[in-house]
Amino acid sequence: MGGEEVAVVSGVTLRGFGWRHAGRKRWAVRGVDLRIEHGERVLLLGPSGAGKSTLLAALAGLLPEDSGEQSGTVEIDGLDPRKARERVGIVFQDPESQLVMARCGDDVAFGLENRGVPTDEIWPRVDEALRRVGFPYRRDRLTAQLSGGEQQRLALAGALALRPGLLLLDEPTANLDPAGATLVRSAVAGALDADTTLILVEHRVAEALPLVDRVVVLEPGGGVRADGTPEAVFDVHGDALAAEGVWVPGRTVPSRRATVAPGEALLTADRLGLPPRLAETDLTVRAGEALAVLGPNGAGKSTLALLLGGLLRPGSGAVTASAELAGRDARTPPYRWRAPALATRIGSVFQDPEHQFVTGTVFDELALGPRRTGRPEAEVRTTVDELLDRLRLTALAAANPYTLSGGEARRLSVATALATAPRLLICDEPTFGQDRRTWLELVDLLADLRDAGHGVVTVTHDAEFVAALADRQVTLTRPVPADGRPAASTGGPS
Amino acid sequence: MIDLEPVAVPGAPLARRNPVAKLAAALLFSFVLVATLDPIAPAIAIAVELVALPLFGVRYRVLARRAWPLLVSAAGIVVTLVLFAAERSGRLLFEAGPVVVTSGVLLTALGLVLRMFAVALPGVIVFATTDPTDLADALIQNAKAPARFAVGALAAFRLVPLLGHEWQAISMARRARGVDAGRNPVAKLRLFVSTAFALLVGAIRRGTRLAVAMDARGFDAGIPRTVARRQRFTAADAWLVIGAVALAAAALSTSIVLGTFRPLIG
Repeated sequence: MGGEEVAVVSGVTLRGFGWRHAGRKRWAVRGVDLRIEHGERVLLLGPSGAGKSTLLAALAGLLPEDSGEQSGTVEIDGLDPRKARERVGIVFQDPESQLVMARCGDDVAFGLENRGVPTDEIWPRVDEALRRVGFPYRRDRLTAQLSGGEQQRLALAGALALRPGLLLLDEPTANLDPAGATLVRSAVAGALDADTTLILVEHRVAEALPLVDRVVVLEPGGGVRADGTPEAVFDVHGDALAAEGVWVPGRTVPSRRATVAPGEALLTADRLGLPPRLAETDLTVRAGEALAVLGPNGAGKSTLALLLGGLLRPGSGAVTASAELAGRDARTPPYRWRAPALATRIGSVFQDPEHQFVTGTVFDELALGPRRTGRPEAEVRTTVDELLDRLRLTALAAANPYTLSGGEARRLSVATALATAPRLLICDEPTFGQDRRTWLELVDLLADLRDAGHGVVTVTHDAEFVAALADRQVTLTRPVPADGRPAASTGGPS
Repeated sequence: MIDLEPVAVPGAPLARRNPVAKLAAALLFSFVLVATLDPIAPAIAIAVELVALPLFGVRYRVLARRAWPLLVSAAGIVVTLVLFAAERSGRLLFEAGPVVVTSGVLLTALGLVLRMFAVALPGVIVFATTDPTDLADALIQNAKAPARFAVGALAAFRLVPLLGHEWQAISMARRARGVDAGRNPVAKLRLFVSTAFALLVGAIRRGTRLAVAMDARGFDAGIPRTVARRQRFTAADAWLVIGAVALAAAALSTSIVLGTFRPLIG
């Protein structure tokens, strides 16, 4: 490090701090008293909706005064964070929307240009930052060619190049597969030095613990519930936190494997492929069985889910539905069925819940499928009320789907697929970034479906989820393209 | 998908010129040609453009692939004029019912097609041989464009290819929800509009997140920015602009000398 230029942060102080976003009734965060000293490494915990991200945004000086109402004070070395921006670096969750430039080196240089660093100092500092995060490529590598984990490493380098005294990480691994998450955590571990104060928000506590020496738990209603060493905090509050959805280490999850043998085949994939995304695959999906599809990034797991879901036309081979599943469309493959018919037979849950939302309220969202398939309004209402209740969404029935939290949006996206009672449900990474409570609910929900004789297919990287639910596993490998080059691994996870 | 990536062979003498110089040369060259309606000046201009192409390191095959929308428009112009031209002077070449093809109509169509190519090709060549990052750098450093605008546009441009994937994902997600249009054109239009709206909402959300991330790295800091990549405007760049103007003027002069010049105004 370049010594004199490091913005040493001697302390962060919050006194009765609160923030309410303009136009909202509820305070996002409230009544927080906290002092963080130079060089401390803090894991910030709290149930979904406790205001962790808002607190980080406030510390990064990213809440403009006219964008909401503040109570109490927040100070970095006695300064308003909006005036101490050069002392703070932040890395967000989504890799796609925090990289600015087309080439990796240019992206790290972007912040240095903004801060007016002289031209001849920029490239040495870019190289230093890339080295600190263990970035394996040259500066002219295109950012679009990186995997999700590599993109987050690059975003970390972009923050570190500015030599912040305070580094804020807002769930930097939530959108990544396990390999990508490990890559980012090891980069953080390697890049930290004694002068860098760290505040980390992360659901996955066990993985985050090696990086921190203090745990702060926010209370959803306001204030700080617990503050201390990880051991002290989890001894006293571990059970309550686990019940609220925090992944407290050392707690096992119950197994929900099938207790009876699977039923008849619902869907058969015969030499099914879609070059260059998916190599030829044979597969049978059965009623009363939970099938897990595993494999590395770029193996075509999501593509397989779309093909089985009747949403994509196969490049080779065929998907054949059983006579029972196909009903009146026994002679045509699923991808040619009309959408309303498809929705009553095969349900698909996408990785990004927001892609699936069509209407303006949670209630209409759930009613859409049953209405499209021509069910009477009274029956629609009963179905929707049942689902709202079962997935703890009743209080949100009138809310806009786009305003839901990650866990709520995931529960809604699964519920919308269930509303038309399909015999087969296909889910793409349903547990991504979910807290423990939603995770357990998803396992129970899918296990109940399976036990009721439905077929369940999940594409996933989540080994615990597979262990808890899956009765059978299929592992895909990357397709080998005709020209001998390795398959492209662009974009985000899966 | 429209292909936006640069395709020049690295090291081609004119492709390496300053992006602002290339842009200025293309604009001036096209601007001069807009002044006339005759087919001679654009024909000379196209000849000049095609001769200059190897200097920009672009293969003819690549140019043809890039310029296919122009070929489609050209066909459209000819068909439209043959069917609907008000003035049908000249020798009668072909007649079938209402379709009356005369030499005058064909000459007008030829003039229009040539003009379109002559004016559009310089732009196609510039964007085929210029890296967007270099263009933004040069606009800021050599044309004094505001960095907030140029870098902001560059960051937004990087998100464009993602829109194609998003569109596909949204369409498939809707089909999974039981929403499709079948053969009903009204339902098709409504589905298109609602999918486009979902895409727009997603794009705005992503753009907002990107803007916050950019501000977190000091983009709005108000400190004078420095530049990591220097773009220089050299004598060779000035000569490129001068050369472009001279060649366009020569094409125009030839048309005047031959007596075919028809000014756009007057």
